[in-house]
Amino acid sequence: MSRPIATTRSVTGIATGKLAVWWVLASEIVIFGGLLCSYLMHRLGHPEFGGYAAHTNTALGATNTFVLLTSSLFAVRAHFEAEHGRGKSAANWLYMTVGGALTFLCIKGYEWHHEISEGFVISKNAFWSFYYTAAGLHACHVIGGAIIMLIIAQDAKKNQELQRVELIGIYWHFVDVVWIFLFPLLYIAK
Amino acid sequence: MSQPAEEHAHAHDDHGHDHDHGDTGAHGHHEDGFIKKYLWSVDHKMIAKQYLFTGMAMGLIGGFFSYAFRMQMAYPGHNVPGFGVVSPNEYNQLITNHGTIMIFWLAMPVLIAAFGNFLIPLMLGCDDMVFPRINRLSYQIFLLSAIVLIASWFVPGGGFGGAWTAYPPLSAKSQYNLTPLGSTMWVIAVALEFVAFLLGGINFVTTAMNSRAPGMKMFDIPMVVWMIVIASILFMASVGPLVAGAVMLVFDQQLGTGFFDPVRGGDPILWQHLFWFFGHPEVYVVLLPAVGIVAEIITVFSRKKLFAYKTVLYTAFGTAVLSFFVWAHHQFIAGIDPRMANVFTATTVLISIPIAEMMFVYVATLYGGSITLTTPMLWALGFIGEFIIGGVTGIFLGSSGSDIYFHDTYFVLAHFHYTFVPIAVIAVFAATTYWFPKMFGTMMNETLGKIHFWGTVIPFNGIFIPLFITGMGGDHRRIYNYANFPEQWTPHLIQMREFATVSLLVLIAFQGIFFINFFYSMFKGKPAGNNPWNANTLEWQTVSPPPHGNFAELPNCYRGPYEYSVPGREEDFWPQNEVG
Repeated sequence: MSRPIATTRSVTGIATGKLAVWWVLASEIVIFGGLLCSYLMHRLGHPEFGGYAAHTNTALGATNTFVLLTSSLFAVRAHFEAEHGRGKSAANWLYMTVGGALTFLCIKGYEWHHEISEGFVISKNAFWSFYYTAAGLHACHVIGGAIIMLIIAQDAKKNQELQRVELIGIYWHFVDVVWIFLFPLLYIAK
Repeated sequence: MSQPAEEHAHAHDDHGHDHDHGDTGAHGHHEDGFIKKYLWSVDHKMIAKQYLFTGMAMGLIGGFFSYAFRMQMAYPGHNVPGFGVVSPNEYNQLITNHGTIMIFWLAMPVLIAAFGNFLIPLMLGCDDMVFPRINRLSYQIFLLSAIVLIASWFVPGGGFGGAWTAYPPLSAKSQYNLTPLGSTMWVIAVALEFVAFLLGGINFVTTAMNSRAPGMKMFDIPMVVWMIVIASILFMASVGPLVAGAVMLVFDQQLGTGFFDPVRGGDPILWQHLFWFFGHPEVYVVLLPAVGIVAEIITVFSRKKLFAYKTVLYTAFGTAVLSFFVWAHHQFIAGIDPRMANVFTATTVLISIPIAEMMFVYVATLYGGSITLTTPMLWALGFIGEFIIGGVTGIFLGSSGSDIYFHDTYFVLAHFHYTFVPIAVIAVFAATTYWFPKMFGTMMNETLGKIHFWGTVIPFNGIFIPLFITGMGGDHRRIYNYANFPEQWTPHLIQMREFATVSLLVLIAFQGIFFINFFYSMFKGKPAGNNPWNANTLEWQTVSPPPHGNFAELPNCYRGPYEYSVPGREEDFWPQNEVG
């Protein structure tokens, strides 16, 4: 299948792929927005949520915030290298980013393991339902992003489809920003 | 505004020597087998037909369901030919799945996905959607969602029966809904369908933004393309919270989470907010494409420019924005703050202004035109007339004072059928009869088309006008058998219910004529030629049906889409791609 002419056109001046990524993010924002607004409304109506939130591990949450933000820096480095046509180096920075994602997931897994073993399971009450669902939905995005990044890195190594390095970078920053909202809402507000 | 200059040169270069990445078949599509051509196609026109036929098949199922439960309404407890006696559980499952199918598996796939896919690349003068493989994936996910929904009717416990709005706790707890598997499969099917339309919508919006023919400016875009694009953005912006809500509902059903359980700090009203925050914009998601279709047909068959193109466009934007602020009018009796009810009453009544304005624009377009009453034109005019009834009755329901009395009666039901039937049935027939020549290269039979039109529109009114009356007489929507309610079991109301049911039977019988006409014309109809209606838009400037790649040479655009009867020209139409 060859690419249609339609894909190569750019009436807006923005590349088609980039435009589509922004629309994907727009639809993702309303998905997370709906979930977080629901949580916020519940949080305001239920002061006892603060007590439940006290059982979350703020130190590990902060570490994860640091890990994720650092991985975003690697994604920026990858984009910089790709812009200069250095595919191999871009791929290496992408692998570093994936490393950040894996660290994040490991810490998350450790946290959850602890909380579940202490009896704070998803069905305990609405706070824990929100906690696992929101963080879990975010973690799914981390996993999905990491997989796509590996695929893009395979191409980038061969200096192919280098424009995609920027696209996954945009997405990765979004995943970051969602966490920036989740961390204070679920961990800090006690 | 960058436009590769050599674009035309290799518009039909199927061997793609300069497309070195991610390509699967190096030898183009001329030798495609059956599967690649019909089931695994990336061609937007084939995907459009897949959506059209899947939607039509689902519509038949939804129609059959309405036949079964209407028979139960008119003749409770009797054997329904072709179905059997309708049990209370089956009745709930029938109405739930009728609603779900007609909105999500008929209106959405046909109006937006089928006609959006078919028309957007053709009307914008490009060879395909910008992401053909995502387009194919969108249809495949949609098909999967339909299969999941159908499968949910056959699992132990049967299909979901908690109404298409799926309010918890009924939908969240299997000890209430008695369908432990069916209700989860219903949510998953709906969620998959959302994913399919999000993917499709991104394709539509990106194509319209980036891939228009050289020279096609914002206000040269045909109205139906604008409307489908606005609807796609509206869908994208409103469905997100309900996607989150669907995850929450499935978790409540299967993992025992407490999102909608007040005992554990949750709230069942939350679902109503998430559902209607999507559900009300959804009305406009399907209405706007229908309005766009009618705009194309009315201009062509009155040989006049669309009255106030820009006003219609800005009105559509205004409607889209306003539609986010009306959702709580579905919840006037759900215990919301009465002060909020006042706000939502105001916004709801306000939104009837832009819609009324669009209808006036159509009348102004018709005024003084040379009107030809072809079958598509009859459907378009029928849309205007019938939709107005739906709009006017909506004002009673948008006002909290009267809605408290009408809530959940047949008045509500008749009202929204007067909006959705014009959208999902009348506008779909308008579009199908209008673009049929382009889709299949042959003309449909006009006489059969007109018989089908009158045989649909008259019984349609026969069904729902009596239901307004039974609703005002106190008939509640969710009653299985009125014989159990002596005050509703009066001769007058019984006759009304029977009249509605008999009208439905007549309406269903007349659909046979459509299918005969459709399939006979597809194979035996007389050839249509490129432009049988003498229309201006770009899809009519190529052969019928268009080949893969759409145009022998991709067109340039020189003017707006509605230059009909321009003084000083010999012909009364002026194609968008004609030089001069």
